[in-house]
Amino acid sequence: MANKEETTKVENILTRQDAKIPEGPLAEKWSNYKAHQKLVNPANKRRLDIIVVGTGLAGASAAASLAELGFNVLNFCIQDSPRRAHSIAAQGGINAAKNYQNDGDSVYRLFYDTIKGGDYRAREANVYRLAEVSNNIIDQCVAQGVPFARDYGGLLDNRSFGGAQVSRTFYAKGQTGQQLLLGAYSALSRQVGKGTVKLYARYEMLDVVIIDGRARGIIARNLVTGKVERFFAHAVVVGTGGYGNTFFLSTNAMASNGSAAIQMYKKGAYFANPAFAQIHPTCIPVHGDYQSKLTLMSESLRNDGRIWVPKKKEDAEAIRAGRLKPTDLKEEDRDYYLERRYPAFGNLVPRDVASRAAKERCDAGFGVGNTGLAVYLDFSEAIDRLGENVVRARYGNLFQMYEKIVDDNPYKTPMMIYPAIHYTMGGIWVDYELQTSVKGLFCIGEANFSDHGANRLGASALMQGLADGYFVLPYTIQNYLADQIRVPRISTDSKEFDEAEKAINDRINKIMSIQGKYSVDHLHRELGLIMWDYVGMGRTAEGLKIGLEKIAQVRKDFWTNVYVPGNADNLNVELEKALRLADFIETGDLMARDALLREESCGGHFREEYQTPEGEALRDDDKFAYVSCWKYKGEGQEPELVKEPLDYEFIVRQQRNYKA
Amino acid sequence: MEKSLNLTLKVWRQAGPKAKGSFETYKVENISTDASFLEMIDILNEKLIGDHKEPIAFDHDCREGICGMCSMYINGHPHGPDGEITTCQLHMRNFSDGETITIEPWRSAAFPVIKDLMVDRSAYDKIIQAGGYVSINTGGTPDANAIPISKVNADEAMDAASCIGCGACAAACKNGSAMLFVSAKVSQLALLPQGRVEAAHRAKAMIAKMDELGFGNCTNTGACEAECPKNVSISHIARMNREFLGAKFKD
Ligand SMILES: Cc1cc2nc3c(=O)[nH]c(=O)nc-3n(C[C@H](O)[C@H](O)[C@H](O)COP(=O)(O)OP(=O)(O)OC[C@H]3O[C@@H](n4cnc5c(N)ncnc54)[C@H](O)[C@@H]3O)c2cc1C
Ligand code: SF4
Ligand code: FES
Repeated sequence: MANKEETTKVENILTRQDAKIPEGPLAEKWSNYKAHQKLVNPANKRRLDIIVVGTGLAGASAAASLAELGFNVLNFCIQDSPRRAHSIAAQGGINAAKNYQNDGDSVYRLFYDTIKGGDYRAREANVYRLAEVSNNIIDQCVAQGVPFARDYGGLLDNRSFGGAQVSRTFYAKGQTGQQLLLGAYSALSRQVGKGTVKLYARYEMLDVVIIDGRARGIIARNLVTGKVERFFAHAVVVGTGGYGNTFFLSTNAMASNGSAAIQMYKKGAYFANPAFAQIHPTCIPVHGDYQSKLTLMSESLRNDGRIWVPKKKEDAEAIRAGRLKPTDLKEEDRDYYLERRYPAFGNLVPRDVASRAAKERCDAGFGVGNTGLAVYLDFSEAIDRLGENVVRARYGNLFQMYEKIVDDNPYKTPMMIYPAIHYTMGGIWVDYELQTSVKGLFCIGEANFSDHGANRLGASALMQGLADGYFVLPYTIQNYLADQIRVPRISTDSKEFDEAEKAINDRINKIMSIQGKYSVDHLHRELGLIMWDYVGMGRTAEGLKIGLEKIAQVRKDFWTNVYVPGNADNLNVELEKALRLADFIETGDLMARDALLREESCGGHFREEYQTPEGEALRDDDKFAYVSCWKYKGEGQEPELVKEPLDYEFIVRQQRNYKA
Repeated sequence: MEKSLNLTLKVWRQAGPKAKGSFETYKVENISTDASFLEMIDILNEKLIGDHKEPIAFDHDCREGICGMCSMYINGHPHGPDGEITTCQLHMRNFSDGETITIEPWRSAAFPVIKDLMVDRSAYDKIIQAGGYVSINTGGTPDANAIPISKVNADEAMDAASCIGCGACAAACKNGSAMLFVSAKVSQLALLPQGRVEAAHRAKAMIAKMDELGFGNCTNTGACEAECPKNVSISHIARMNREFLGAKFKD
């Protein structure tokens, strides 16, 4: 351990040992790990408390599984019920290497596709483990009663997602996240009924409490009473989701936030690859300045929908002006630009590629919709080929959702879509055991940085969340807890809890006392626009520097001029939002900083200075084949960069090619 | 085509669970027909904040009809006048210029008001905790394709499983019954071989919990089905009754 301190201090390099990557061949690492890790015996489990923050796929599956093993679990969420975590909104599906379609899938292929899809910026050992446990997830969910789609023979059906040439995606209509989450929620509810999990709904974690260098609890606010409360545990697990809402408008739910990540970061956990955020190509375009969020149209639609814009600028102009309808345009006047540019993958290229291609066409003047910031997703060919009923059975709820928002019937006229921020690959750095750089503090699901590198493939977030919660963390946390069995429950009257609670109350009081002139949403929208313009799909050094300055201005406006009505010792939604916004500002800063540092393009991170002559992302493996980890150095200080080199042992890096 | 509306809103305001509530009247102007209902409330709230007044508290999260968090009673209908959708999916094009809209929280004995339009629906969680699951632990489950399930049953289970736990069924019911919600879960699991094993016991445990929590009896008025944003069918109530009677019979 003394050694680790030395290396990180002197060279700012995290080694393979720091990341706790097991020795041995790729396919044996996880089995070897499990064979040699320390376990906690049943009698001792009862004496150990674990806090799990979050009830999404990651949090709920972890809380349920840990309680089944015999630990005492305290489980927190912001919503009124654990079943409403943002995972509920996932539409398209979940990947697994079952090879039920006999189309050549395997654990290795899922591993390879994920590494390649992530543009070679993920850790090999973690991704391989993910692919390995993917099959257990499907078994688990079916046993819980998750009603996955089936074919007439009664066996499970699959669909295809971007970045893969096999059909490995399991789905439940367009509501896969809902069904998986309800499965995890039912397992969680069973444990709550048994008294092994104590549930704290409408609670928001505001800080993690560190005692003698180890995470020992959290401070959380009861959102109904406004009371700030203390909770002790032997270990803290955070599964609070991603920070996409830094952009204000995103496909995330309204309460999705990055605050827990910033709290952990400020307590010593590294924030890894903050710049890696995913812009999803198929979302309903922005329609007005009152807009509160963006709605995703699942990637699964690209199985049957074809993306196009007019071939001629004058047609695009006529459509924008309302003089021409898309259905009026003849086949030869349409540009199916994904099929044209990427014949091998066509409409099923990965998200980053599809998003950039849409932006390129719109920037060049071929966009449609009254803003010109939209492209078509057209089902007419699929409806001709399969019939409207089949299309309805596959995507009915998505079509209904679209029609309710846009007031247009997608069976009759093509959908309009445009990219929007959707997912964050970056997050809190964790080692192979999902432990952060703070002992006893674990991070799971979208909140951590693992597995997806610089770009996540569709249907892989659900897989990762459930892998972490059901099949990885319940093992790895025991390796830590085995040494903690003699630690008695610590009183929350200790000075560390006092200090943490006081710091939170000071922060709340400070925000309440500003009484300035800007509403929280006003400032958040401003931050969002800055992020979209300068830290969005096309980044440049110059733009990022401007972005950083503008973010600093929002920070200043917030801390001197925000207005929060009401008081703090009561239910106060504006205060909740203000606390989250304060952290989004810090996240935005980290994202821009990280994007500026990374002088290459990879996955969702596109620096305009670094592209091939055809406009594809140009990686620089010599200089940037590492995870950039940011270490907090104190208020107003520049964070410090720590690198985890990604020295691949098993895969040879190539330029991603979806053309041939 | 996008138009704009001027509206009068009568909104239920209640400072806390024990406070006495009342309707307040607000005017909103220039609301785009393309805005969602909740975006219209956002606009009103921004205005209230600008006037240094407390914004209206309401529950919402996903804003796309899937989390089940939004819960407004609009012009006498849970989730408003448009069919098959939640409050957050309701758009202003369903209203006309000059209209007065009345907005209330869910009103049901088992869902006490927390503040303004927010209610406490934890009773639904408690019903699930009483038996809305298959009693298996993580790991050691058979291969997912080991037991074929007929597509018909799988699809019907999926329809039942579409319930978002919003509470509109109990809010719509004059008896305050939660039967549609409970039956959706019982039915989903009874239709699948994995859940079949405990079906009778599950129905019994969940119904007992529902009664204990103060929900009313079902008298087949069908109001729940009519207001359910996810089209959950009352045929599930019949299936649950069969399971329940089966369980009673075995006792
Ligand atoms: C519209 C949409 C569609 C998607 N579709 C797919 C798909 O088809 N396939 C796929 O693989 N992925 C999909 N994704 C991505 C995937 O849904 C998410 O990455 C994943 O569900 C995240 O799960 P999670 O458990 O990490 O976090 P979440 O589900 O976001 O859960 C976060 C939990 O943390 C709680 N929380 C947060 N902060 C605090 C705090 N401070 N205190 C207390 N509790 C807190 C919340 O209440 C919640 O319970 C989709 C995402 C979106 C937005
Ligand atoms: S049955 Fe329908 S109305 Fe009742 S909780 Fe479920 S979705 Fe809501
Ligand atoms: S806010 Fe999620 S269903 Fe309405």
